[in-house]
Amino acid sequence: MNGPAFSAKSNSFGWYAVHEARLIWRDFASLITGGKPRRMVIVGTIIAAFFIGMHMFVADLLDNPLTSGIVADKATLLMISGFAVMLFSLMFSQAIESVTRAYYARSDLDLLLSSPATSRRLFQVRTSMLALQTTVFAIFIASPLINVLGFMDHPSWFSAYLVIIALGGFATCIAVLLTLLLFRTVGPAKTRLISQIISAIVGAGFVISLQAAAIVFGKGISRLELFTSADTIELAPDLGSWIWLPAQAVMGNVWPLLSLIAASGLCLVLVVAYSTRRFADDALATAGLVEGHGKTEAFVGFQRGSNMRSVLRRKEWDLLKRDPWLLSQSLQQLLYLVTPGMLLWFNYGAGFGIYYVVIPVVVMASGQLAGGLSWVTISGEDAHELIDTSPVTSRDMLRAKAEAVVTVVGLATSPFLIALLWFSPRAAVCLAIGIFMATFCAVVIQLWHRSQCSRSLFRRRQVSSKTATISEAVVSIIWATGAALAFRHGFFLIPFVLFAGLVMWVAWLLRPQGQV
Amino acid sequence: MTSSLALEITGLKKSFDRPAVNGLDLKVYGGEFYALLGPNGAGKTTTLRMVAGLLLPDAGEISVFGTKLMRDPIEAKSKIAWVSDEPMIYDKLTPMEYLEFVSGLWGVEPDIAEQRSLELVDWLGLAPHAMERCGGFSKGMRQKVALAGALVHEPQLIILDEPLTGLDASSARQVKDVLLSRVKRGTTIIMTTHILEVAERMAERIGVIADGRLVAEGTFQELRERSSNQSSTLEDVFLDIVETGDAEAGLGSLAA
Repeated sequence: MNGPAFSAKSNSFGWYAVHEARLIWRDFASLITGGKPRRMVIVGTIIAAFFIGMHMFVADLLDNPLTSGIVADKATLLMISGFAVMLFSLMFSQAIESVTRAYYARSDLDLLLSSPATSRRLFQVRTSMLALQTTVFAIFIASPLINVLGFMDHPSWFSAYLVIIALGGFATCIAVLLTLLLFRTVGPAKTRLISQIISAIVGAGFVISLQAAAIVFGKGISRLELFTSADTIELAPDLGSWIWLPAQAVMGNVWPLLSLIAASGLCLVLVVAYSTRRFADDALATAGLVEGHGKTEAFVGFQRGSNMRSVLRRKEWDLLKRDPWLLSQSLQQLLYLVTPGMLLWFNYGAGFGIYYVVIPVVVMASGQLAGGLSWVTISGEDAHELIDTSPVTSRDMLRAKAEAVVTVVGLATSPFLIALLWFSPRAAVCLAIGIFMATFCAVVIQLWHRSQCSRSLFRRRQVSSKTATISEAVVSIIWATGAALAFRHGFFLIPFVLFAGLVMWVAWLLRPQGQV
Repeated sequence: MTSSLALEITGLKKSFDRPAVNGLDLKVYGGEFYALLGPNGAGKTTTLRMVAGLLLPDAGEISVFGTKLMRDPIEAKSKIAWVSDEPMIYDKLTPMEYLEFVSGLWGVEPDIAEQRSLELVDWLGLAPHAMERCGGFSKGMRQKVALAGALVHEPQLIILDEPLTGLDASSARQVKDVLLSRVKRGTTIIMTTHILEVAERMAERIGVIADGRLVAEGTFQELRERSSNQSSTLEDVFLDIVETGDAEAGLGSLAA
C-alpha cells in the first residue's frame, strides 16, 4: 500500500492542524460538489466565473467614485464602516454556528476525548481553524471590492484583507465566549438551539435593521441609502473619533491597522487559552443530549373523524411546531417581510408606489418559505420507510404534504393580503396570485427534485439539488416581478407566465431519474 | 399454522452494481414464523425491502395473500408491516402520537386504534414513557415504538429485518414474546436475523439465502438432518450450507 508517510509528531499543534485541515477541506469539497468529486472541475469553473463576474460588476459600480477620487471624509468612512459591520455580522453568524458544531458534533469527539492525547491542544487548533474558516469566507465575499479598489485606486486598499482577518478573530472570540456563557446560564441542552437562532437572526438581522432604519427615517428601502444620506453624515462623529478605526485601517492607515490586528490577535490568544481549558468538560457535558429529551405532551386521545391526509398534515405541523431550530430556519424568510410591513405602516395612502415594493417582497418571501418547508416535509421525511410501506398512494401523501406547506405559507402571508385588501383590492388580488403561483411552483419543484434526507440537513438542502434551489429562486423572482407589474396592468403578467413556464420546464427536464 | 399462502415470490431479481437477488423463489404460509438467514450481502434485506414495497424488482412476482404487489400495491401494503433494524420514528412525537399517526395511515378507527395503542405500550413496557417525545429514547425503546407501530394496525404479515440488533436481553425477550403471541393469533412473520439461536428457537421454517438465491429451506430438524453431525447446532448447519458449496444439492434433498 502506497499511502502518505506518517509525518509530524503526534499530538503536536501541527499534527492536529493537518488533521483538522483535511477534515475541513473534505467537508467543504463534499458541500460544493454534493459528494461527487467528479463535479469539482465544473463547480470550480462556475466559482471562478462568478468571481471574475463579480470583479467586473464591482468595477462598473465603482466607476464614478473612482473617476472623481475617493477621499477619507465622513461619507466614505461611514460607508466603509457600514460594510465592515455587515461583514462582521456575517462572520459572527457563521462563527457561532461553527463553535456550537464543534461542541456538539460527536463524530470524533468520543474518540478524541477517550484517547490519551491532550485534548486541550486539539481544541486550540479547532478554535483557530474556526477563526480561519470564518475569515476565508468573508475574504471570498469582500475580495472583488478590495481587489478593484486596490488595483484601480490605490494599493493601500489591500490592507482591508488584514482588517477582515482581525474582524474574523474578534467574531470568533465573541462566538466562543457567548457559547461558553450560554453553557453556564441556560445549560448545554439549550445552548445549541439558542446559538443557532442567534446565528440565523444575526445573519439576516443587520441588513433588515438597516432597511428598517432607512424606512423609519424616510430614506427608502435601500440599505445603503442610510449611509449616504446627508442627515446620517451630519450625525456621524468627527473624523478623529475611534469609531472610524476599522474604516481607517481599511484605507491603509498604519497605526489603526496595527492596533486592530494586535487587539484581535491578543483577544484570540486569551480566549483560546481560556476556552480550551473548559472545552473538554463542556464537550463532555453535551454527550447524549437531545433537545427536548424527556419532554412530555398531554394525552388528549386520538382525534376522531380524521382521514389519511389530515393525519399526514397534522403530523407535519406538529413536527414543525416542535422543532424550534427548523422553524427558525424556515421562518427566517419571514424576517424579510418586516421591511415591507413597515413600508405599509408608514406609507399607506401615500400613493401606489408602495405596492411595487410590498408585492414583490412578499411574493419572493412566500416562494422561498414554501421551498424551504416543502423540502422539510417532502425530502426531510425522517420515517420515509414507514410512509413508503403504508397503504397510502404516493399522490395522496404528496398532496397532504403540499397542503401542509400551503397552509403555513397562507397563514404567514395573510396579514399582508388582508391589509392590501383594505387599502387596494387590486393590489391584494395581484399579491394573492403572486403568492399562490410562487408557492405552487416551489412545491412542484421540490416534488420533482425530492430526495431522502434527514431533517437535520436542512441547512445543506441546497447541496442536494442545486437545480431545485436555483429554479425555485428564479421562479420566485419571476412571480414577484410579474405580480408587481400586473398591478399596473394585467397584460404585463403574460410574459412572466411564459418565463415561469420555461423555468419550470427546465426544472422538470433536470429532475433526478425516476421522479415523476 | 394455516395453509393459505401468505407470501409467494417467484423469479425475483434485483441488481445494483451486481445481482443482489437472482431468481429467488419463496413461499411462506399463513400463520408461519419464517426466518431468513444468509451471510452479509446474500440478498436478504433487498428481498424483504422488495416485499415491503420499498424497492422495485427488476423481474419476478410478489404476491401477498393472493394480491399481486406490483399490480395493487395499496391493497398489498394494507396487509403488511415493516420493521427494520434502524427504527425510523419521529423524534418530536411521543409513542402515543406516533401510534395515532400510523393508525391514521392504515385507516384504523380512532377508538380501536387508541385502545390497541394503550395495550401495546403497556405490553412493551413503554407505558411510563408513552407521552414522552421519542428523541431521547434508547435504541431498544425506539425499536419497541417501531414494533408497536407495526402491530397497531394488526397486519396479516409482519416483515422484520434484524429486529433484535442492539437490544438488551430484557427488550429482546419482550419483542420475542410479542412476536410469538402474534403468530399464535394467526399473524405471519418473516424475519431476518444473524442471531441463529433466535431463528433456531422461534422459527417454524428457516430459509437460507446465498448469492441472491434460496439455497436451503426447511425446519431446523430438516436442516440438521443433512448435517453429518446429528447433534449439530443451526450455526454448524448454516456454515455447512453457506461455505461447503453443496448448497443447491442440499435444497434439492430438502425439497424432496
